[in-house]
Amino acid sequence: MDKPKIATASLAGCFGCHMSLLDIDERILKLIELVDFDKSPIDDLKTFTGRCRVGLVEGGCANQENVEVLRDFRKHCDVLVALGDCATMGGLPAMRNGIPLRECLEEAYRDGLTVHNPSGTIPNDPEIPLLLDKVRPLSDVVKVDVFLPGCPPPADAIWEAVTALLEGRAPNLTYDQLKYD
Amino acid sequence: MPTDLAVFIQDRAREHGGDRTRLLDVVRAVQEAFGHVSSEAMDLVAQALSVRRVEVEGVVSYYAFLSREPKGQVVIRLSDCPSCRIHGMEAVGAAFEEALGIRFGGTTPDGRITLEHTPCIGLCDQGPAALVNEVPITRLTPGKAREVSRLLVAGRTPWDLAPKARDTADPVARVHALVDSNIRKEGLVVFAPMPPGQAVRKALAGTPEAVIEEVKASRLCGRGGAGFPAGLKWEFARKAPGDAKYVICNADEGEPGTFKDRVILTENPDLVFEGMTLAAYAIGAAEGIVYLRAEYEYLRAHLEAVLARRRTEGLLGRAVAGRAGFDFDIRIQVGAGAYICGEESALIESAEGKRGVPRNRPPFPVTVGYLDKPTSVNNVETFCCAARVVDTGASCFSCVGSIRSTGTKLLSVSGDVARPGIYEVQFGQSIREFLEMVGGEDAIAVQVGGPSGTCIGPAEFERHIAFEDLATGGSMMVFGPGRDMVQVAAWFMDFFVHESCGWCTPCRVGNVLIRERVQRILAGRGVPADVAYLETLCTTVKKMSRCGLGQTSPNPVVFGLKNFRPAWEAHLGPDDGLNPAFDMDAALADAVRIAGREPVHP
Repeated sequence: MDKPKIATASLAGCFGCHMSLLDIDERILKLIELVDFDKSPIDDLKTFTGRCRVGLVEGGCANQENVEVLRDFRKHCDVLVALGDCATMGGLPAMRNGIPLRECLEEAYRDGLTVHNPSGTIPNDPEIPLLLDKVRPLSDVVKVDVFLPGCPPPADAIWEAVTALLEGRAPNLTYDQLKYD
Repeated sequence: MPTDLAVFIQDRAREHGGDRTRLLDVVRAVQEAFGHVSSEAMDLVAQALSVRRVEVEGVVSYYAFLSREPKGQVVIRLSDCPSCRIHGMEAVGAAFEEALGIRFGGTTPDGRITLEHTPCIGLCDQGPAALVNEVPITRLTPGKAREVSRLLVAGRTPWDLAPKARDTADPVARVHALVDSNIRKEGLVVFAPMPPGQAVRKALAGTPEAVIEEVKASRLCGRGGAGFPAGLKWEFARKAPGDAKYVICNADEGEPGTFKDRVILTENPDLVFEGMTLAAYAIGAAEGIVYLRAEYEYLRAHLEAVLARRRTEGLLGRAVAGRAGFDFDIRIQVGAGAYICGEESALIESAEGKRGVPRNRPPFPVTVGYLDKPTSVNNVETFCCAARVVDTGASCFSCVGSIRSTGTKLLSVSGDVARPGIYEVQFGQSIREFLEMVGGEDAIAVQVGGPSGTCIGPAEFERHIAFEDLATGGSMMVFGPGRDMVQVAAWFMDFFVHESCGWCTPCRVGNVLIRERVQRILAGRGVPADVAYLETLCTTVKKMSRCGLGQTSPNPVVFGLKNFRPAWEAHLGPDDGLNPAFDMDAALADAVRIAGREPVHP
């Protein structure tokens, strides 16, 4: 029988959750025995090749592309996991939500103290996805099945969550795996 | 406009003896004379009544009829109650906006006319309706709204809009020239005649305890909706220790769709005062207060005239009806626009010149009420019933109605019916009989007891109007074929969001969240999970709120989901995991404007 497939993505995140995923250390060998990776930065597959059992999505939605990738994940994954605080609640990128978008762009590309941009242009290549007015948590855009908190969630929590979901049971996370202070 | 603010405030404060509990009267006078209660005015009021400034500001910021910012000399308040909405209120509102050149919430550039929405003003049987200052204007059409606007812009006063009423000296005739009483069915309790003083004299022939026993024997339950036994309430107040006791008449009817008290106070105020006097005798009170909602200011002159006549007849004042030692008089306290003041402890707070927020209970008002003295707060209609009980005897009263709900009940009928108005019916009437009576046989829904009450569909039309089945304070709104019950629920949630006093979080925040999700569903952006979310949230708000407002405010949604599920489900999108509440085009609108290019769709 084919192994179940797993897909991952980082949207408006810092890849820290993916780094934490790699922190499972030697268990990654076991993971490869359990699953095949589909669309993911880990194998650099850019598009889905089929139905996935579990989708892990890091980061919230900051631009149009994020939304489209997320919707694609929802369509292809049985269980969608919001991986980490940005995916769950917007996280650090959502700090811009109280500031009008134009001011954000001007501060970042023109007016910020450390910006060197003599022409004063704000990048506007058609290749660049347009930004949303606010950074959204995943659940604002699609139905999310599992929220895994943490910045980042510890490797042990990710390992437990992924293996539990592959086995079709609810993750059993200990207090230490959910306590962050 | 008076020229000297300080002198004006000092005069008003002096009229009330510098009494701190009359704060509401003083700031209402300032509002009326100056169009707002300015920061300076609040300081002066605080000085004149020896209260802290924050208490004055607390009151001014709390009530809808008071404002810190200047409003026009003329304020048009258009009722946005569902019963006015389904009779064309939105087109009327648009006509006002167009004719005055302002939006709702705005004031004309010359500062003369302000246009606002206001919750139900108790004219549901002749809506759409508006108050222009205190003057009610009924049966509005877009054409009538334009005419009203034209006259006001031309400098006419609100009373010029109702010339017949303006030119009538007799107070009750003036009320009749303004609004129709629309009594469709008269019963034997509230609308039957009784010579003034008859019940009072009968009561005075016996002991106070005998009055209480008679009212208890009649099994009269409070008519405001909660149905607490009136005789028991009076007994508690009588037995509670206190050197002074008070009788309060709750005439703050604000439940959307209720207007029976307006009609009682117009047509039979003597019976109300008769009942208050009996209550005073029964519990041992020397002072009574009618707490009249601000929206009924136009009834005040009429009520004052009746009170004055009763004083000359010896039925109020010292030695009532010649009984040495029984002194009792009544004053009218006008509110300032807050639904929650219909709740008895909030009403008492308001009557004491404070923000009308509910108190923690117990202690109940019968032991710690107005000015912390034992107080009986009863509904307008309850006083009428009590007077009838004493006049005709408990057995005569309790021989009509059902076993647990004796006597008659006034119903305020509005909505999709042929014959809206006031009906005095015997308890026990079925909803089907009710609909035949009012001409609403094709109803798809009946809202019994207003938005905080029960909403039922045809499957339950055999149920009965009675405290033991469908309790109602009087509001009966009928919705006919084609009405969207999700839209109706959304309107009612607007009402509760507006009227939450803000004290406790479940009500202040929860109602906003409920409304947001209902509006999402109404806009076609809901999913099945939203229904489950609403059910959980409604339970939380009902269980966790501090007073009756939040404990009942989710009812339009609760009963909607229970009794009109298909109407709700028809609005829901597919359960495909995509959240239709997220509107990508709207979320990208800013970026499109800034970048000057359209998004690339895959």
